[in-house]
Amino acid sequence: MAVRFLYPEFEVVRNQDRCVACRACERQCANEVHRYDPELGCMVADESKCVNCHRCVSLCPTRALKIVKTDHAFRENGNWTGKAITEVYRQAETGGVLLSSMGNPEPYPIYWDKLLINASQVTNPSIDPLREPMETRTFLGKKPGGIQRDAQGRLINNQTPQLELSVPVMFSAMSYGSISYNAHASLARAAQALGTYYNTGEGGLHEDFYQYGPNTIVQVASGRFGVHKDFLEAGAAIEIKMGQGAKPGIGGHLPGQKVGPDISRTRMIPEGSDAISPAPHHDIYSIEDLRQLVFSLKEATEYKKPVIVKIAAVHNVAAIASGVARSGADIIAIDGYRGGTGAAPTRIRDSVGIPIELALAAVDQRLRDEGIRDQVSVVIGGSVRSSADLVKAIALGADAVYIATAALLALGCHLCRTCQTGRCNWGIATQRPDLVRRLNPDLGCQRLVNLVTAWDHELKEMMGGMGINSIEALRGNRLMLRGIGLNQKELDILGVKYAGE
Amino acid sequence: MVIEANQTYYQALNEAIRACPDTEVIVDRVLGQRYLGCGSSGRRFTLRGTPGNGLGQYLNGSTIEVYGNCQEAVGDTMNDGDIIVHGNCGDACGYGMRGGSIFIEGNVGYRAGIHMKSYLDKSPLLVVGGVAGSFLGEYQAGGTIVVLGLDGTSEPLAGNFCGMGMYGGKIFLRGDRIPVLPRRLILQEASPEDREELRPILERFCRCFHRDLAEVSNAPFHVITPDSANPYKQLYAPY
Repeated sequence: MAVRFLYPEFEVVRNQDRCVACRACERQCANEVHRYDPELGCMVADESKCVNCHRCVSLCPTRALKIVKTDHAFRENGNWTGKAITEVYRQAETGGVLLSSMGNPEPYPIYWDKLLINASQVTNPSIDPLREPMETRTFLGKKPGGIQRDAQGRLINNQTPQLELSVPVMFSAMSYGSISYNAHASLARAAQALGTYYNTGEGGLHEDFYQYGPNTIVQVASGRFGVHKDFLEAGAAIEIKMGQGAKPGIGGHLPGQKVGPDISRTRMIPEGSDAISPAPHHDIYSIEDLRQLVFSLKEATEYKKPVIVKIAAVHNVAAIASGVARSGADIIAIDGYRGGTGAAPTRIRDSVGIPIELALAAVDQRLRDEGIRDQVSVVIGGSVRSSADLVKAIALGADAVYIATAALLALGCHLCRTCQTGRCNWGIATQRPDLVRRLNPDLGCQRLVNLVTAWDHELKEMMGGMGINSIEALRGNRLMLRGIGLNQKELDILGVKYAGE
Repeated sequence: MVIEANQTYYQALNEAIRACPDTEVIVDRVLGQRYLGCGSSGRRFTLRGTPGNGLGQYLNGSTIEVYGNCQEAVGDTMNDGDIIVHGNCGDACGYGMRGGSIFIEGNVGYRAGIHMKSYLDKSPLLVVGGVAGSFLGEYQAGGTIVVLGLDGTSEPLAGNFCGMGMYGGKIFLRGDRIPVLPRRLILQEASPEDREELRPILERFCRCFHRDLAEVSNAPFHVITPDSANPYKQLYAPY
């Protein structure tokens, strides 16, 4: 028998006194952890297959199950941690590139948690959003440099196309392929109900979702999957994906086994064929080339739609954003290193890119210094977890945020980080019809609407507390923030004072 | 209708072309204006001069015939229609093309036909009368590329890394000036079925550029195909 180097990460703890052997866990687990043993007359588990997604725990009618992290351990070592050792074993066994899902899980600093929000006391009274009007509506797009009038002195409308958001929160790009039809349906409907936008990701737009076009951002990435005239016309805005926070500098790869009939139709590629998005756009090697793609899209849609350019937060992000602002893009989307993914090489996910908080502060400052901040709107993503993160992002200079991981959590995701297997028990990151059916788009939509509505209310509460009744007055208002537990360099980059200052 | 391009800025020129009610439009004295015919369908454009980058980008069914050379990104992400170029083309020609055809009388630059893909009844076609630069058909996922080598030189038909990372479609090469190929590609002499597939393509080429079909056909042809539609199956260790 072969030597097994890896001990299962989780243990399935079953309270046999409570278990009635209804076999719900067995039916629910696509990883085939549970089975009924007729000889023993009870349920047994193969914990080596468990990913700790809690599907069985959530559905067990007698609450007989729990999943715990194993206390089995390698000999303690501060340098060679259990994780480091395990990863070496995996690669020695397979010779493969380690592949992971969702955002960077490593314990790097989270700057949101080191920023504190201001409130009014005595002077500049706070405002109660339940009784007084509070404006969180946001317009994304280039703002005109000045007022123009015709010979008769009448105003000339020199406004370029804008996206109008009721709340400064949008759902970021997740392709049909990486997530399911029902997940897309939930996002599309919720975007419509909330007066905001969701994003197709690089995978085209399913014919059923063209009806949500006014609330859809269509994405053009390096593989150009599903990109054609009708697709470009369908959305409210077009996003050029240059990079993604979870995997800056590399492309994407949807394995052929996930390309079924429906995905094939949407991506416009043959069934069973891999869908490879190259690392770069091969028609973009410079800012001038980016400008060319931006304007080709504007020409193709007759200058009626704003163009977003999405980049990953990397070391020189401020200079890159300055270039993007000059490329003719109307909106820059910046994705931090904690942004999620359906699959990324572990080493890249965990080691490449920078925190979105620092990137945002640096970009906003750079665009202001260069006097071009009004030429673009700035949208950030890459782990905005709550309305507090949202408030801090806006105060650091963002016009709006993109959320995806939080949106998936609202849909039932338990962040087990095994999207790449395609066996999502919650019906989100899977194409298996029996699993996809588990996600009810009516409920999914409602939960997304609930989440964003709750955030919007919290946002208004915090704004009111600061004596601010318009989101415009919060944007880039770094005086509303103070740092805690930060060094001087970090404070300088974030452009905030220390708590007590 | 005939439109004089001259020094009109591309936005105004494209606006004039879009506004023109005629299906057939002739544009004279084209001086590098970009995105001509971009995304259009159901029309016929005759262009004299040198169109700028992004000629026929996202083209959706129109026909564009160019009497002159073209710059970069001709037929980029094109979905349907025909582009005929009586001259040479620059880089990234037919990038991400999904349908329709591009016929080039002369040579094409780097990265021609990169990431071309086919889908159901759509199968893009890129025919190069002369030779191609490096990275011809890189990441090619479907469709057909034909390089004829009618340039009168003895240079290889394509530069370096021809078909690099290809995982679908095929590349036909006329004559024996085969470039050095990366691994994981299959190079074979064209079979009778391949020849059958080629015949209407060569007929169209000869019709477009008034060439003698017998002369063009009467040569050895090779065909390059990838060895797998799922090249990276073994690359990853899920975790």
